[in-house]
Amino acid sequence: METHPQAGALSDESVLVAEAKAGSYAAFEELVNRYEKKIYRLGLNVTGNPEDAEDMLQETFLKAFEHLQDFREDSRFYTWIVRIAINQGLMKLRKRRSSKEVQIEDTSNDDGEVIPRDFADWRPNPEEELERTELEEILQNAARLLPMTFRTVFFLRDVEGLSTEETAEMLNLSEGAVKARLFRARLRLREELSKTLKRG
Amino acid sequence: MNCKDALRQISGYLDGNMDDELKSMLQVHLKCCHHCQIVFDTTKKTIELYCDGKLFPLPNTVRERLHDALRAKWESRSK
Ligand SMILES: [Zn+2]
Repeated sequence: METHPQAGALSDESVLVAEAKAGSYAAFEELVNRYEKKIYRLGLNVTGNPEDAEDMLQETFLKAFEHLQDFREDSRFYTWIVRIAINQGLMKLRKRRSSKEVQIEDTSNDDGEVIPRDFADWRPNPEEELERTELEEILQNAARLLPMTFRTVFFLRDVEGLSTEETAEMLNLSEGAVKARLFRARLRLREELSKTLKRG
Repeated sequence: MNCKDALRQISGYLDGNMDDELKSMLQVHLKCCHHCQIVFDTTKKTIELYCDGKLFPLPNTVRERLHDALRAKWESRSK
C-alpha cells in the first residue's frame, strides 16, 4: 500500500492536499518539497535563464498557495502545478519579447519537413564524459534556438511526461499541433546537439 | 519505405504508438539504412539527455529563498 514508506502516514498526495487546504503549512511544504526540483528545471528549460527560472518557481508556488482551494482533485496535483508554472513562464517570455529576441511562435516559414542533415554517430556517453555544467550548457543552448511553443511542448511531453491531451489543453493547441511540434522539436534538438556530441 | 517516410514515422515510433504493419516496415528500413538508424538512436538519446535527473539541480540558495517567501506569505495570511 505505502508507496513512500519514509514519509509515513503523510505519504499519500490526496491526504497532503486535503491537509494543506485545511490549513496545514507542513502539508503544503511537503507538496512543495516534492515538486520544487522539477518546476525549477522546467523553468530553466522554458525560460532559458536562472533568474527567470527562480522567479517562475516562486510565483508558481505562491500562486498555488493562494489558489489551493480552487484545486479540484480530478486532476493530478503535479499537472495543476505545471499548468500554473507554464502560465507564469509564458507571461514572463511575452514581457521579455520586446526587449530581447524571444521567439514565441515559429516565425520562419518552414512548416514543411524537418530534414536531418547530420548523420554522424554520437559519442556513446556524453553524460559521463562531459562535466555536468558543460552538458547543461550544450542542452540549454540547443533548446534556446527553438521557438517557445516547440520548446514547451518538448519539455512538457518528453521531460515532464504529460500526455498529448494535457499538453494541448495547457497550451491551447490542437492535439495534432502538439504532435507536429513535438516531432519537429525533437529533430531540431537532435540536429543541434549533433554538432557538439558527434564522434571525432 | 523510403527515408523520407521513415523519418516522418520516427516520432510515433519513439512514442510507441504506431500500428504493427507500419512498425515492421519501419524496422525493416532501419535495419538496412544506417542514416535513419542514427537519426532514430540520436533522437532517442536527445530525449534521454534532457530527462537526466542529475542535470539542472535546484541550488540551495534558490530553495531557501522559495521557502522563506512561502513562509512569509503564510504568516501574513494567518494574522
Ligand atoms: Zn533511411
